[in-house]
Amino acid sequence: MQKRFLSIWFPYLKMDWLTRRRPSLEHIPFVLALPDHGRMMITEANIQAQKSGINTGMVLADARAIYPLLQYLHDNPSPSGKLLHRIAEWCIRYSPWVVVDPPDGLLLDVTGCTQLWGGEANYITSINTRFKKCGYHTRTGMADTIGTAWAISHFGTEKNIIEPCQQKQALTELSAAALRLPADITDRLYRLGLREIGNFISMPRSALRRRFGDLFIQRLQQALGEEEEITQPVCLPEAWQERLPCIDPVTTRTGIEMALQTGLQNLCTRLQHEQKGIRIACLTCYRVDGKTQQISIGTNRASANVRHLFKLFELKLETIDPGLGIELFIVEAKKAEDVPSLQENLWDDQCTIDHPKFGELMDRINGKIGFGHIHRYLPNEHYWPERSIKESTPFYEQPTTEWKIDRPRPIQLLSTPEPIQVTAPIPDYPPMLFRYKGKLHIIKKADGPERIEQEWWLQEGPHRDYYAVEDAEGQRYWLYRSGHYGENQQWYLHGFFA
Amino acid sequence: MVHAERQHIIQQLRKEILSLQGLKHQPGEHTLRHILGPINSAFPDNSFPLASVHEFLVEGNNNIAATSGFISCIISAIMRNKGVSVWISDTQTIFPPALKSFNIDPDKIIFINGVNQKDRLWVMEEALKCEGLASVITEIKDIDFTASRRFQLAVEKSRVTGFIIRQHLRTLNTNACVSRWKISSIAGETEDNLPGMGFPRWKIELLKIRNGKPGSWEVIWAADHFEFSTPLITLLTEQNNRKVG
Repeated sequence: MQKRFLSIWFPYLKMDWLTRRRPSLEHIPFVLALPDHGRMMITEANIQAQKSGINTGMVLADARAIYPLLQYLHDNPSPSGKLLHRIAEWCIRYSPWVVVDPPDGLLLDVTGCTQLWGGEANYITSINTRFKKCGYHTRTGMADTIGTAWAISHFGTEKNIIEPCQQKQALTELSAAALRLPADITDRLYRLGLREIGNFISMPRSALRRRFGDLFIQRLQQALGEEEEITQPVCLPEAWQERLPCIDPVTTRTGIEMALQTGLQNLCTRLQHEQKGIRIACLTCYRVDGKTQQISIGTNRASANVRHLFKLFELKLETIDPGLGIELFIVEAKKAEDVPSLQENLWDDQCTIDHPKFGELMDRINGKIGFGHIHRYLPNEHYWPERSIKESTPFYEQPTTEWKIDRPRPIQLLSTPEPIQVTAPIPDYPPMLFRYKGKLHIIKKADGPERIEQEWWLQEGPHRDYYAVEDAEGQRYWLYRSGHYGENQQWYLHGFFA
Repeated sequence: MVHAERQHIIQQLRKEILSLQGLKHQPGEHTLRHILGPINSAFPDNSFPLASVHEFLVEGNNNIAATSGFISCIISAIMRNKGVSVWISDTQTIFPPALKSFNIDPDKIIFINGVNQKDRLWVMEEALKCEGLASVITEIKDIDFTASRRFQLAVEKSRVTGFIIRQHLRTLNTNACVSRWKISSIAGETEDNLPGMGFPRWKIELLKIRNGKPGSWEVIWAADHFEFSTPLITLLTEQNNRKVG
């Protein structure tokens, strides 16, 4: 079958990418510049800049003399390899064989692909429109060989689809630089007057080889189709996915469980080979009537334990409604991470926070009641009681400081302190009685005051004087007075002692 | 002589029966025995039954602090500075830094909050099934017989100790818990009437216990163990002596 190639050239790749992120740059001339030998040289210029006469290779100061309001940004010296790679991966929808053509082009092998879009013209139009919608300028060329396609996309003027076996005619009118040659060979060709390919396309090859070398001949022959060109396509990384198609649609719960078990087993074996585990996994069921049902689970730590993952799925399996039957199951690991290696304990009688059994318990509880209910606290270096503890993330984080036991703290703390009425002798003595929720408590014993100042760099406010008091029945409370006497001081009940 | 031998044989038989009934010795029992001091006489074989579920009734609004304190004293021995405990409740009121004064590392306790009553039983059972946990504490209003039976079955296998705190309970029903307690605060005393709050003082009522002797004590928590705070004579008259049938 006759091979067909498509070459896509992004003349303003970096500029379009920047314009996508900053839409304000779209209609003004702007350039990217890099320092070179003590002055700023323009490396890229967008369309508006080129229309004003500013091109790459100019000195920035000269350009700004021509156009004083020129915007410029510092260029990133590393090549735009990642961006082009991502665009190449996206183009796999148009052809399975996509080759990255640095610095700003792509080559697609479209043999047999174009009929799915209804012809070559439609195919190219569809690609161009998609890119235009995303904001990228493109120029395309389609031909029998890569060389010709490249030449057409970069240098072609009239039509961009070359019919089969017409590459010789198409190449004849193009300039010599269209053969992807290094600059010195192109220079030599120009100096000898061989400006267009047509000038030397019929010359004997041996003469050309003597004067211009093997690379020149190779490029010429590749463009004409006389020599094979070998390319390396872009490969998408294989997703962590197991597909289980069913011959008969599955309607029973046992069937779904069996499919899930098989899928998980295969997936975990694959993951274990790479020492990875699942963090987020998803089961998608495609029903006969076209609808899909999906359940997903999450774990605290990467786990490749089939039994545990199955139990997590089992909690949510009731929500799957098979309808008339499920014909395809896909078990996918949406997020996979390296499994942390654990040191085995000799005496394994008590499990610690980072034991996998404990992590599995937390996963099951999270799966049943939802995330955000489980808390673990670590000491925080603050005196202010509400700030003296902090949540622990990740879950198995070890404390960096000690828990303080120099001051008594109540075992129960109210989330918001409740105002109370108090009779207390001034200036500093603990209260004699207080009224809380309508009940009068007479204080028999008390400890205090403990003054805790507001940490002014975090929050402004009055300080608190805490008193630990015990009433006649033996109940023990933690009261405080906020502020000094005289100013708007108010007493509060903050906690209960054991 | 014969009487002493007979007593010895009866003791041995008692121990055998207890082990048949599922009472196995757990690590942490020595520390717990040291902590509990005078209360030990109430338990079968003189040691607090671990690997079982205990029930605590809370009367009034303020005694829950005393109950939580008492439970913290017990789990400090079980955790032995290494194990992990789970505390399940509706809204979290426990202030972790206070637990350090009961010799527990607060970062070894996991708090599960905001669980509704229905799910709390499920979470408690799952936690009780996890071997290697030190203890599980739940604040729940009502628990019926079947649920408590399931908990007992779970702990028999996993050897986790469970504590159920029942506040604002609706009905006092029978359940399969091994013991039923009621803790309340009583006014403290300091030596020589020094000013200031002393150690916490609680009235501990053991309302029922399987294979043991119920009783009530007034104790002081003295930093790492319990001490009697009532004179000995009143103690002897208060304790019930039940003959083993």
